Amino acid sequence: MLEMYKELFDARHEYAKEWKKKNGGKVLGYFCTYAPEEIMYAAGILPVRILGSHEPQDVTEPHIFAMFCPFCRDCLAQGLKGRYDYLDGIMISQSCLHIRQAFTSWKMHIPMDYSYYLPMPMKVQSPRALPYLRAELEKFKQSLEEWTGRKISDDDLRDGIELMNENRRLMHQVYDMRKKDNPPITGLDSMYMVVSSQMTHKQEHSRITRDVINELAKKENGRKTGERLMIIGSEDDDSKFIQMCESVGATFVIDDHCTGSRYFWNEVEPNGDPLTAIAKRYVERPRCPSKDWEERTRIPHILKLAVDWRAKGAVLVQQKFCDPHELDIPAIRKALDGKGIKTLTLELDVTVPIGQFRTRVEALLEMLQEEDLF
Amino acid sequence: MAKYPTEPLKCWNKAKALRQEYYDNFVHARERGAIRWAGGAWAFDAVPYGLGEDVFPMTGEPYGASTAFESEFSLKCLEATENAGYARDLCSYMRNYWGSILLDKFTFGGEFPKPDFMWQAHICCSHAKWYQVAKELEGGKVPYYCVDVAVGPFDTIAPNKVDYIVGQLLDGIDWMEKVTGRTYNDRLLIQAVKNETEAMSTWAKICSLNKNVPAPLDEKSMYSLYVFGVLMKSSPKVLGLYKDLLAEMQDRVKRGIAAVPNEQCRVMTDTQPPWAFLDVFRYMEKYGCVSIGSLYTYGLTGMWEVKPNGDWGPKTTPMERGVPMNTREEALKALVEWNLAKPEWQHFYDPSLKTDMMVRIARQWKLNGVILHYNRGCEGLSLGIAENRLGIMKAGFPVMTFEGNMGDSREFDKARTMSRIDSFMETLGMKKLES
Repeated sequence: MLEMYKELFDARHEYAKEWKKKNGGKVLGYFCTYAPEEIMYAAGILPVRILGSHEPQDVTEPHIFAMFCPFCRDCLAQGLKGRYDYLDGIMISQSCLHIRQAFTSWKMHIPMDYSYYLPMPMKVQSPRALPYLRAELEKFKQSLEEWTGRKISDDDLRDGIELMNENRRLMHQVYDMRKKDNPPITGLDSMYMVVSSQMTHKQEHSRITRDVINELAKKENGRKTGERLMIIGSEDDDSKFIQMCESVGATFVIDDHCTGSRYFWNEVEPNGDPLTAIAKRYVERPRCPSKDWEERTRIPHILKLAVDWRAKGAVLVQQKFCDPHELDIPAIRKALDGKGIKTLTLELDVTVPIGQFRTRVEALLEMLQEEDLF
Repeated sequence: MAKYPTEPLKCWNKAKALRQEYYDNFVHARERGAIRWAGGAWAFDAVPYGLGEDVFPMTGEPYGASTAFESEFSLKCLEATENAGYARDLCSYMRNYWGSILLDKFTFGGEFPKPDFMWQAHICCSHAKWYQVAKELEGGKVPYYCVDVAVGPFDTIAPNKVDYIVGQLLDGIDWMEKVTGRTYNDRLLIQAVKNETEAMSTWAKICSLNKNVPAPLDEKSMYSLYVFGVLMKSSPKVLGLYKDLLAEMQDRVKRGIAAVPNEQCRVMTDTQPPWAFLDVFRYMEKYGCVSIGSLYTYGLTGMWEVKPNGDWGPKTTPMERGVPMNTREEALKALVEWNLAKPEWQHFYDPSLKTDMMVRIARQWKLNGVILHYNRGCEGLSLGIAENRLGIMKAGFPVMTFEGNMGDSREFDKARTMSRIDSFMETLGMKKLES
């Protein structure tokens, strides 16, 4: 069943088109995982995360200044090339400036039925953020109602919450299995699992994940785990890179990524008003660096993950020019070093220099293996 | 023979003295038992004024710009920051500022003065993180508070958005009382809000006078004057300076005094210049080209609105509109509503908002062309710049772009930029004037 995730990841566009044909519903592309998918599901919409293709491109130069991250340019390129031509609309939940440009340029140059900018609070540490976001979610809900012509009831919202929560619980179960001495799933397959959940209807993804959990429980893993690593940083769905790291004597056992744990880590606690419950979940979720201030809450979270999953080393990856992650990396490295967890920092582009990166990853692994010797 | 008469600005020395006083006050605050705070130029600086009349700010962006101007020292700051592990493509103001802390050297001489607290506002990815890191570099003990203002463009402002920011400011006042041990004075806050709104509207009046031909003020000179709106916009001294400057500009217009005596071509820029290379503006003057300002100088210190006749003009102040400001809550609400209209905050949400403002200026200020700085040093104000280029050209204005960095002189190619100016002037049909 594990291979299903990769198939869904690779065939994301075909899947969405097929879903649309079968269900007759609308497909809404979103740009950041702060997007409240619960409300979209409540509206009968299929939310799909817009991601890049990791191919060199030359179509975004007139639209986005080259000092902005390659990921935002790669995402826009997909739109300009017509690969998301099945989308009925796009939305963004406010996060970093970089990805915002992909959204605004998309809106300007690709005809679309619907677009929505959700001004997600940046100071999620303030008690003022929750009522503010609740009101903004109400506006988003109303906007979807107008667009789809369908009233969204509280029961619909509760269904959307449960759909999302179930998928989160299941992915948590898979992640828990990675704590084992010999994890039954690699970092690469874990990444495929999470990213495919961002582009597949949650009901279907949960069904697959239930089967995967059963399969993993029985699975004899013939693969050597090697060094237990953590991966931390910007959006990363670069399968070639993850595969390379895991081919040289290591396994990623845990991550702090929006294409990984950050996406599903906490659930909506369905108490009382569903919109307040949803707002609370997004305010409290493990933070992206652009929202992690004044206190650094990411660091204790990352350290806890590293300890609980027994990571010996950490690879910090950042999209080139990604200011928010660049602003956190020195503090994270210091904190991990303080716990004796060795780090390697790498800068991602649309394509990565696999040969050079392999040498650097091998050097990290050699350092970790030296510790085993002495 | 010059086409128009010109003369130096009478306010120049007053402005210089005020700027000197600003940094002196900050450096010597502790000796006088006063309070000094550090934070962003976009912070709600009217709020700390409620702590007393002896509260002195130092805003990071102008400090970063002044440091950039001292390119030798700036390079040391930038390298110190890189050695500490921070990426070279981060905001260059921020890197100059952090480098000063790391080196413990102040651009204006002496050790880097540690603030009593840090007070910031956040709209760009770097704002809140700037002082988060600065606090760590200062040893982690300086109290820090930041207000999120990223609630969307002005045309979407709703009560819940205003409440969100006012709520943070109310919490911030409680926090300030706690960290300083002082009792907050609402009367001082209310006065500061009045000062700020009037000063910003007055600056817009000054900029509006540049619609005249010849323009009484050029962009390079404007940099030394607009800066008070990002140093201490709520200070009564800034309001006083701007009133004097407005009167002087009105007089210059009346007498036909030009900033550039051979004015024959008018352009504008968009954002921060490469501060170590302001002579590019003087180079343009060889073509009789005056830059009448920028969205940055107009829209950061000035507050604007569309007038009934369609003109972009100075925003009506809360006092002129009769907005009540008798309590802390009322003053903060007026302050928030005022600031959310700030032109430089709008394009964070959509580049077409910046394009619209620039095209408006290009038309009403009678421009021949527009210059855009692809500024590697500021992701916030370079946001959407490529779309601005397309939009302004579509509106019929020739656009020149150049790549550079406001605060990192290693990323500016002066010869190449001058060459681009030559080509742009040729495109506009301008020839170098004989000296």
